[in-house]
Amino acid sequence: MNLILALIRRDLSLSVRQGGGVGTALGFFLTVVVLLPIGIGPDQALLARIAPGALWISLLLSVLLSADRIFQQDYEDGSLDLMTMGPVPFEMVALAKAIAHWLSTSLPLAIAAPLLGFLVNLEPGAIWPLALAMGIGSIALSLLASIGAAVTVGLRRGGLLVSVLVLPLYVPVLIFGLSASDPAAAPGLTLASLLILGAIALVSLVVSPLASAAALRSYLK
Amino acid sequence: MQYLANPTRFLKLANAVLPTVWVITLLLFAVGLYGALFTAPQDYQQGETVRIMYVHVPAAWLALMVYSVMALASAVAVIFRHPLADVAAKTAAPIGAVFCFLSLATGSLWGKPMWGAWWVWDARLTSMFVLMLLYIGYMAIWAAIDEPHRAAMVARVVALVGFINVPIVKFSVDWWNSLHQPASVFRMGGPTIEKSMLWPLLVMGLAYTFLFLALHLVSIRAEIAARKIRQIHIAEIGDR
Repeated sequence: MNLILALIRRDLSLSVRQGGGVGTALGFFLTVVVLLPIGIGPDQALLARIAPGALWISLLLSVLLSADRIFQQDYEDGSLDLMTMGPVPFEMVALAKAIAHWLSTSLPLAIAAPLLGFLVNLEPGAIWPLALAMGIGSIALSLLASIGAAVTVGLRRGGLLVSVLVLPLYVPVLIFGLSASDPAAAPGLTLASLLILGAIALVSLVVSPLASAAALRSYLK
Repeated sequence: MQYLANPTRFLKLANAVLPTVWVITLLLFAVGLYGALFTAPQDYQQGETVRIMYVHVPAAWLALMVYSVMALASAVAVIFRHPLADVAAKTAAPIGAVFCFLSLATGSLWGKPMWGAWWVWDARLTSMFVLMLLYIGYMAIWAAIDEPHRAAMVARVVALVGFINVPIVKFSVDWWNSLHQPASVFRMGGPTIEKSMLWPLLVMGLAYTFLFLALHLVSIRAEIAARKIRQIHIAEIGDR
């Protein structure tokens, strides 16, 4: 357990000190959010209606684009090879890295996203539900992204492939995340959607380490 | 199953079975299409467009079944290291993708006159669309990784993770209020569909299944041949 915590701590400090981590992801998030009103038009009523969806999609894309950082560097400099031989089961290594990605990237984004809602005229009442749903949903997002990152870790141009592989898996998160964060559009469904969102996060908590570790192993042989 | 692990033995069996499978496929299609286009009655609401069902529904069944075959083959590859399982999974994907596309396309042709829209974002259609994307992602993995052995190992993971979507497609019409018809053939308490419409549908389903079997055997054979050619090329380069 201590070793796993040490791994998480290592990845966190790496992501903070190397730069290009959460700052870049947040920058990307902002850019997408700003582009949307430009593309759709500045109609305030329309923006308010699509605001939760716009923020969710920006969140999915930002998490996805930061996903290659989960395993790439450790794969290239050989740290992953060492970790396969360490005392920690490799599945737990994969899990620790996904958790580190969540703590360093997805969670800060999920916290910042509702606050940036004013850019797309988000209803003030929707801020809290959105933050809660994104907080839970972002766990699943990071875990699923780590599968995609593991599957493409040895490919030189894996970026687009990650999107093709992972975005379909993001669909359920997006659907239930939206109905949990938009009480006006789906009254009475908020709690149920939050619970399903939690269930998705738990399922990915089981599937993701197994799948990521299996995929990583095939590259490390 | 281990008996077929030897590609030569498998090829022998496939070559022996294939002509019969093709004949059965053609017969089933002849009977099924005759039933679907001539003897089956018009629907009292949908009129002639109901006949789209006979190509649409089996295609959707097969799209799900082929993905299941793919996932099963991947699981067999993981558990038993069966050398042909990866080949079976790889070659099933393009066929399944075509069935999936066929069901989406015919569904949308039916949807225009019936629902008044080519496409509606409801649970069944969306999850079917996601299935299509999963097929594409799976094929992209095979295309992106040059080394076949490594590609196989990674593709297994992708196929197995994506299998989560198959039950979602199947039960999407029960779990959500969907515009799409609920299950009327494979359901608890027996089919609710009228007999004169049911039998052509089931025959078409069988015909599609045999078509898949035939195409799958052909493409496994082709894949084995392609690998042999690859080996020969590598050996030639080594000789030089």
